[in-house]
Amino acid sequence: MEYLTAFIVGGLICVVGQIILDSTSLTPAHIIVTFLIIGVILGALGIYEPIAKFAEAGATIPIPGFGYALSKAAIEGAKSKGVLGAFAGGLEATAGAIAAAVIFGYVTALISYPRSKS
Amino acid sequence: MDNMTNKEYQEYLKRKIPKPDYLNNSIRAFIVGGTICLIGQIVRNMLFRFGFNEKEVVTGTAIIMVFLGSLLTGLGIYDKIGKFGGAGAAIPITGFANSIVAPAMEYKREGYLFGVAAKMFTIAGPVLVYGIGSSIIVGLLYLIFTAGR
Amino acid sequence: MAVKRIGKQTIKFHNPPSIIGTSSIVGPKEGDGPLRGYFDIVLEDDTWGQKSFEKAEAKMQEEAIKLAIKNANLSVDNIQFLISGDLLNQIISSSYTARQIGIPYFGLYGACSTMTESLCIGAMIIDGGFADNVVCATSSHFSSAERQFRFPLEYGAQRKFSSQWTVTGAGATVLSANGNGPYITYITPGRIKDYGVTDASNMGGAMAPAAIDTLLQHFEDTGFTPQDYDLIVSGDLGLIGRRIVIDMMKKKGYDLSENYTDCGIKIFDVVEQDTHAGGSGCACSAVVLNGYIYKEMKKGTFNRVLVMSTGALHSPISTLQGESVPGIAHAITLENLPR
Repeated sequence: MEYLTAFIVGGLICVVGQIILDSTSLTPAHIIVTFLIIGVILGALGIYEPIAKFAEAGATIPIPGFGYALSKAAIEGAKSKGVLGAFAGGLEATAGAIAAAVIFGYVTALISYPRSKS
Repeated sequence: MDNMTNKEYQEYLKRKIPKPDYLNNSIRAFIVGGTICLIGQIVRNMLFRFGFNEKEVVTGTAIIMVFLGSLLTGLGIYDKIGKFGGAGAAIPITGFANSIVAPAMEYKREGYLFGVAAKMFTIAGPVLVYGIGSSIIVGLLYLIFTAGR
Repeated sequence: MAVKRIGKQTIKFHNPPSIIGTSSIVGPKEGDGPLRGYFDIVLEDDTWGQKSFEKAEAKMQEEAIKLAIKNANLSVDNIQFLISGDLLNQIISSSYTARQIGIPYFGLYGACSTMTESLCIGAMIIDGGFADNVVCATSSHFSSAERQFRFPLEYGAQRKFSSQWTVTGAGATVLSANGNGPYITYITPGRIKDYGVTDASNMGGAMAPAAIDTLLQHFEDTGFTPQDYDLIVSGDLGLIGRRIVIDMMKKKGYDLSENYTDCGIKIFDVVEQDTHAGGSGCACSAVVLNGYIYKEMKKGTFNRVLVMSTGALHSPISTLQGESVPGIAHAITLENLPR
């Protein structure tokens, strides 16, 4: 069951992005940053939490989920450690993914070359 | 032509561009985005089965998905997924990995410092800046609004 | 008194320079296109054994120049000027090529209009008696242009319908004071036209006004009509740009529906090869002119052709700053028999 909800919710989030992409002259980078900030805001307002509970990976794998994780951790950090936690919380919680992207990105660049499109 | 203003020409030009196939593009974004999330769910369930707690599973899933995105980019497959799926490939965290790996590979010829390392964040940099930046604001706002209590 | 000028912008040559040798080199995708039989060299690997796409582009241009000179039965020592340009920052492909060729060199930046821009200048040098032989060349490479103007190759972004595909290739033309055609008889260098289009993924739409302006001026200056030409061809306006040109020219009383096409439409099968609105890039008009048009003129299929390369003179920085795309188009008349 959770597979179906993950597929549908994740797919729908992407459809919203696709429609914006097709109907404006925004680039994917604009959409990603906008969705991320929406995730941060929805996370802060407590709206994203139930979506993530319901759809699990369908809500956490798309980029708004990344924003949700950031804001949730910043609030938790602020709760437990005050100002220091507000600063460090978000990055602490998402450090794994960011570090992974850096190291995998670097290693991939070392061992492979870009190919021309055909 | 001469009697057309810039605005008139731009309006005219807009009418000359064929409308994108919204339905078809959306279906493809749905399938690709949904499938990536489905794979994420499989990874997530597997990690739970290995006995990790919620926090570890969330981080672990993200790392594995980033790895898959990087791998498919390195193999020259992710750009094709992106061409097919559009936002469906860009919005999941695998797309974030793709946006880091693709420029890193591309600028290898410009060296490992100003090429690979510096260009890695041409697309992902804004994500980190606005993501981390807005989370700090959220944390500080939380402190301000709860200060009186 | 500039006796060779007619009308406002056009030059009519008294001693029309002759094309005596051409060459065209293209990448694998272009070699799969409808014009495959017209190109001198079709690469199987678009890096051509080089370490970078930029080096591959310079090698294509160098080989194209050498081949055109060879096809003209001349040696480099017989050529007095090299006139060339390309799309990369500071026109590095052309300058590195000029380093290898070792003759006096004029580097141009006309973006995708470079082919006819260089031919305009080359033809004036020949007709003016400043040289006996000159070589005009340009090149572009999909992968070197893509990384400069758009996204990394492995980045999974969708291309918009209006976007065009940069042609990988190089073309060169040897112009001479002596030869038996085809001749460049008229040139109409264009003015910049900018209608404030900021969408860098719609080059055809941004450049179409410049093409229309140059065409109107050419017909007005020379008194020709579109029907005086066997073929009228623009550089890389693509499907959208071509439609605009036909539409707008009709409003001005010129019927282009019969004999007008675009190199960007000719070079690819836009549906089969998924090139969206068509080909673009310096090499687009360069290889179509030096391959298809030259060879068909030699055969006598066409006797009078108007070639007009079109250029979008923006930069990645100007695009980021939200500036519009200035367009330009330079037209040249090619004739088998000068009148």
